[in-house]
Amino acid sequence: MAKTMTAKTRMRFFKRREKQLNRSVAGNTLLFALMAVCGVFMVLPLVMIVNNAMKPLDELYQFPPKIFVRNPTLENFSDLFTLMNDSWVPFSRYILNTIIITGGGMLGHVIVASMAAYPLAKNKFPGKQLLFSMVVLSMMFSWTVTQIPQYLIISYLHINNTYAALILPAWSFGMGLYLMKQFMEQLPDSLMESARLDGANEWKIFWSIVMPNVKSAWLTLAIFQFQQMWGNTGSLFLRDEQLKPLQYALQQITAGGVARAGAAAAVTFIIAAVPITFFLICQSNVLETMTTSGMKE
Amino acid sequence: MAATQEGGISSGTVSQEALAMARKQRTLRYQIGRNRESYLMMAPYFVLFFFFTVLPVLMSIVLSFTNFNMLEAPDFVGWRNYIKLFLEDDIFVIALKNTLLFAVITGPVSYMLCLLFAWIINEFKGFLRAFLTLIFYAPSICGNAYLVWNLILTGDRYGYLNGFLLKLGVINEAILWMQTEKYVLPVLIVVQLWLSLGTGFLSFIAGLQTVDKSMYEAAALDGVKNRWQELWYVTLPAMKPQLMFGAVMQITQSFAVADISINLAGNPSVNYAGATVVTHLLDYGSTRFEMGYASAIATILFLLMVGTNKLVQKILGRVGE
Repeated sequence: MAKTMTAKTRMRFFKRREKQLNRSVAGNTLLFALMAVCGVFMVLPLVMIVNNAMKPLDELYQFPPKIFVRNPTLENFSDLFTLMNDSWVPFSRYILNTIIITGGGMLGHVIVASMAAYPLAKNKFPGKQLLFSMVVLSMMFSWTVTQIPQYLIISYLHINNTYAALILPAWSFGMGLYLMKQFMEQLPDSLMESARLDGANEWKIFWSIVMPNVKSAWLTLAIFQFQQMWGNTGSLFLRDEQLKPLQYALQQITAGGVARAGAAAAVTFIIAAVPITFFLICQSNVLETMTTSGMKE
Repeated sequence: MAATQEGGISSGTVSQEALAMARKQRTLRYQIGRNRESYLMMAPYFVLFFFFTVLPVLMSIVLSFTNFNMLEAPDFVGWRNYIKLFLEDDIFVIALKNTLLFAVITGPVSYMLCLLFAWIINEFKGFLRAFLTLIFYAPSICGNAYLVWNLILTGDRYGYLNGFLLKLGVINEAILWMQTEKYVLPVLIVVQLWLSLGTGFLSFIAGLQTVDKSMYEAAALDGVKNRWQELWYVTLPAMKPQLMFGAVMQITQSFAVADISINLAGNPSVNYAGATVVTHLLDYGSTRFEMGYASAIATILFLLMVGTNKLVQKILGRVGE
């Protein structure tokens, strides 16, 4: 009985294939051990974030420091809440700003990048190769390279100190277009041909045939974009306190020193928990999209 | 125009020369006209792309040959910024050295780790697989939650790492991790590795799933004996496109390190032990407003990143040929 149980559990953890083909018990054990050690290293700081958020102040400054919380409390979160209510600009305003900036950056990017990705993936026209290779090239350097001229351009366009200063550049990130195009290339051409025979134009095909079929790709794009926008404090472009996002307000709270260590721990927890939750909800879509992420020379 | 074209083709009496010209127009202008909808669909993205990516790169290169403080018009100074960078700016040389060291270590190591962990995770299934994917990927998406490393690395006895090592008896007194020159770069490398299992890692996990199962069966018949041989002869060649994409992600990331250095070691860090090209760029760009000089730094960084990427793409392209 016990024997069948272990066999059953192992079946659930490992793929069936590897028991049939080329898989040794020694190898399995080695890999399991390696994953356990590395997994602990990866997860320990995250565990600390969760535990610190629930530690009362005396435990945060305990010697010797302990990772796990003894008397968990939600005090830190209620402290954070009090601090939020005391802030100069109502806290709901920061949340609204984050929703506008993150939502605007996400939605706009998904639409604009998908619109550009469809012709690049499915139509033939002069300049196609050039445009796509420019986008691939843009993935080979980070945004820090372009930030000074970008600042000058944004000032010149007079969108400095508006939401647009953060939202518009986010619409043209390279990776979104890249992933979308790679995914759309997998769609069978017959899908579009039959729609064309029925008299649909390109816009119609894009909106009612292509987009519904690449749902997991644009969900993935939304997550990636969310992560990008979520970390943005907007300090470079936004001067008005009324326009600044949540991330900025939270960082101001953590800058308060020892007395606010508890609230700061709660802040770190919130900052980490939101994107992780987002990813968990859409995990399978992300992996499906990434299968087509590969690059040809 | 259209009338002559049609007439030329249908009547067949027009000279060869005119016919050739009509054909040429047909291929270029006709093609553009026929794909008007395609161009319109791409326009919003590429207009923004031009303004926020192409134009900035070009401006950066132009500004790097000028002296520009944002108040007065830029004036042309030739190669002076570049000469100053390499010959007079000692900190830039340190920063460049740190960045290269960082990239040479974290780039390949994080790439290998992405591949290794993705491959091992692929051996599991069900809940464990999803769970492992999450805990390895999570650090890279947590925004600036890596600040928790500040607590781990606190320089007194209250720091978690110091507390742990004191308890084990490895050290006798607390170490000021981020204020001691020799520890700064190694510690930053460890934190960067912790953060580096991002998009490339996901791409590998997904890529491994797409490898055709029948290839493994065929390989087993051909005499592949264990999983290591299977990895080398079947899996890696099959996921070459993902390997290329992952390389771009990891290389770009490893050259751009700045935030963790600024937030963990400070800017300037002790004896510039944590200075990177990007922290130097931020120093001149957003603190001193010497935009011409900062642009020269940005241009060098651009060339470094793109050059390395192109080189690695070329090398990876040869794998399995």
